[in-house]
Amino acid sequence: MKSIKNNQLYQLTITQWLETIREPEVLFWGIIFPVLLSIGMGLAFTQSSESKFRVMMVENCTQLDSLLGIYAQPDAKDSSVSIWEISDSTLGDSKFSFTRSDWKSAIVALKRGEADVIVTDSLGKAHYHFDPHNAQAQLVYMKLSALMKSPPDAPRGGFNIQPLTLKGTRYIDFLVPGLIAYGIMSAILWGVSYAIIERRSQKLLRRMVATPMKKPNLLIAMMFVRTLMNLFEALFLFFFVWLLFDIQIQGNIGALFVLFLAGNIAFSGLAVLISSRTAKTEVGTGWINAVLLPMMILSGIFFSYHNFPEWSIGFIKLLPLTALTDGIRSIFNEGAGWIEILSPSIALSAFGVICFVVGVKWFRWY
Amino acid sequence: MLQIEVKNVFKSFKDVKAVRGISLTIESGEFAALLGPNGAGKTTLVEMMHGLKKPDSGEIFIQGKTWQKQEHELRKIIGLSLQETRFAEKLTIYETLRLFASFFELGDKRVNEVIELTALQSKQHAMTGTLSGGQRQRLALAVALLNQPEILFLDEPTTGLDPNSRQDLWHILKSLKDQSKTTLILTTHYMEEAESLCDHIIIVDEGQIIKEGKLDDLLDENSRNLDELFINLTGRTINN
Repeated sequence: MKSIKNNQLYQLTITQWLETIREPEVLFWGIIFPVLLSIGMGLAFTQSSESKFRVMMVENCTQLDSLLGIYAQPDAKDSSVSIWEISDSTLGDSKFSFTRSDWKSAIVALKRGEADVIVTDSLGKAHYHFDPHNAQAQLVYMKLSALMKSPPDAPRGGFNIQPLTLKGTRYIDFLVPGLIAYGIMSAILWGVSYAIIERRSQKLLRRMVATPMKKPNLLIAMMFVRTLMNLFEALFLFFFVWLLFDIQIQGNIGALFVLFLAGNIAFSGLAVLISSRTAKTEVGTGWINAVLLPMMILSGIFFSYHNFPEWSIGFIKLLPLTALTDGIRSIFNEGAGWIEILSPSIALSAFGVICFVVGVKWFRWY
Repeated sequence: MLQIEVKNVFKSFKDVKAVRGISLTIESGEFAALLGPNGAGKTTLVEMMHGLKKPDSGEIFIQGKTWQKQEHELRKIIGLSLQETRFAEKLTIYETLRLFASFFELGDKRVNEVIELTALQSKQHAMTGTLSGGQRQRLALAVALLNQPEILFLDEPTTGLDPNSRQDLWHILKSLKDQSKTTLILTTHYMEEAESLCDHIIIVDEGQIIKEGKLDDLLDENSRNLDELFINLTGRTINN
């Protein structure tokens, strides 16, 4: 009976595994970094923090001056600056900093990002100057104009805010599935594509195909080991966010595993396609970034893709990372099961198989 | 028995005519040297012989078989050490050889044999990324010898090595020659290497064979060694 140790697929898989785990950078970027990122982002978006707003006041603003006279305190370090701090246990504390200046200096401060809004006075009424597309400036305008109408110690009118802290509605619940999906894509593109291109550039691929090695075995071994690593990485990340943020998987775990495999198939196929021709690692890096960065930005990893223009949403939903992220998110946060993940899993697998077949057809071994 | 037969082979890369109508034969058990300066077409010719490049025209037979029709069979009987091959740096010598052995369905026994043959015992658990140039070349030779090849191609195996490492490699090749089981095709631009190891010398320049024969037949009073012969043939030294 033949020993499994003499089987080439076994040896290719073992050596691929050894190469992966012996690279400390791979372990850091694949396992430690996503955990640190989720902890950092999770803490940043779940802790109440003080919001800071910077306002430039040009000349005397009668309306604002009267309010500042009551509520603001002069800054100990700079006599031209007044500080107005507003406590709010629900929305978080706000700190307004008002700086008196001339128009030219105020514009310079705005250009440098040192101010959000400029306020001038016209016949005793405040006028606001800011870029209407700047969300921070809009927020300052709205908060400040609201304060002018209703100072903080005046009775609040009819709005009751009920903070939502249900599992699945927090930012960390949104973020973690995105990080898992992004981790799969990133690890496969760098771990498979870059490794293939590097081996081609070192003429190692050429050396290997000059033996009776079955060519698909090498690619299968690389993809299998990467998928296994991705599983460990995802489990590691999940363990920590469960421990720190009590993240739960509300849907079907079997369905999640199938979707996870489909995502790995999709990006493994894409990785083979990307690396099918070039022997230059610089070109390969360019291709990997060209695929990775747009999807990272568009597919809603850190923030919802619904912030993008309406006309682009249809295209964004076609991206494999969007399908994977939405699918994982629906299982984590919405309790999705087999039915919901059926079509994204089929689409991702089909995408991966098509890319793999085309990639292998184009593949240059040396 | 003819091990290799090359018939009127041509190969060009864009505007460069690398090989221009070369024909040669190599007998079983022969140690043949393809000798010539850098850019003479040696590597291109040998790459066509071991099936990694296809000729533009002409035919190449290995034991009467062609690469187009019997590649899988031929891969099992040849061994090769390519110019500038790097191995996976995070694998040890033993793991690298174990991997390549599996392509020939060979096990630990043969891996240990080639480690001993190439005197790599003390380094067998060292990562290949930590090896010296000479040790890397011995590993490349060990990989090439795993399947006990009937035909062995070595492309510039001692280029860049110090004299001691070169001698070590020659010693291994000479012991292989004594066993008379392997046909060797060696490309080199070191005359001394060709003289020391090979009985069949093929001098290549500008994509053509300019002289070929047994070492003793090629040398005479005017050409007392291969360096002098090359100068007499081309008017320049081989390393220029």
